[in-house]
Amino acid sequence: MKFGVVVFPGSNCDRDMQEALQNDLKQEVVMLWHKDKDLSRFTTNDCIILPGGFSYGDYLRCGAIARFSPMMQSVIDFANSGGKVLGVCNGFQILCESHLLPGVLLRNANQQFICKNVYLKGVGGADKALKIPIAHGEGRYFADEATLNELEANNQVIYRYCDEKGQITAAANPNGAIRNIAGICNKNRNVFGMMPHPERACTSALGNIDGRIILKTLIMQPQPAFV
Amino acid sequence: MTYTVQVTVMPLKELLDPQGKAVMGGLSNLGLSNVQDVRIGKNITLQVEAGSADAAKEIAETAAKKLLANPVMEYFEVAVN
Repeated sequence: MKFGVVVFPGSNCDRDMQEALQNDLKQEVVMLWHKDKDLSRFTTNDCIILPGGFSYGDYLRCGAIARFSPMMQSVIDFANSGGKVLGVCNGFQILCESHLLPGVLLRNANQQFICKNVYLKGVGGADKALKIPIAHGEGRYFADEATLNELEANNQVIYRYCDEKGQITAAANPNGAIRNIAGICNKNRNVFGMMPHPERACTSALGNIDGRIILKTLIMQPQPAFV
Repeated sequence: MTYTVQVTVMPLKELLDPQGKAVMGGLSNLGLSNVQDVRIGKNITLQVEAGSADAAKEIAETAAKKLLANPVMEYFEVAVN
């Protein structure tokens, strides 16, 4: 399989993602410019990644303008035809604004930009809580009750904030996300969005390789095993 | 003719508005303790070319529904000046 990483004006985790996939996970990566729209070299066995950053300066709402870029029209078609799409941080916000995932990411409850390691319970974390960094000002996941109940009933919550021992507690929730939600997927299980940055935890040079577990189990396996 | 249309976008009433909360704290520090609540939204001004005020309003409502506001977190009001 190969990976496409979309570069929007204001993306700033695109090269981190490229680095992690190419050098740490030994995958083929193609960088995709937001003004292009050609995804013909990708098949539904491949994966398109929307990286973190501040696409279009976060103007209007995070991800709201990126949704209308030429490349996103192709990414939406790619997702709807079954191709894998992963959005990290700003990429998650773009997926929500594009209606590929339900809900929205609101301003952090504590009014602060938070940049720190957190622990996650979810896909690939059956044995231990995964330590992954977050870096966002708008990461408080929110959706109405009906949507949340549907997400849980369909096992679409892929990550929740937890403590080091894997306990999902209010104290372990960094941004006030409803039901501690850090990441979700769509019903068809081919579109994934998460606020934490697995690409920042893929090399022992950075002292943490838990991110590899996430990238491997979530998008490099045919069907991710849900916890 | 050209109509000036004001679109006001506000966070849903049931949602926490951290920005408003921070400003509320600032106002309390100023001694304005009569202010009970602060909520912060956006005011977006559109110049709309349309045949009538109603038509201009309809165009602005479409803009608000499709892009200017996200109904999961915001509501909007449209006023033609």
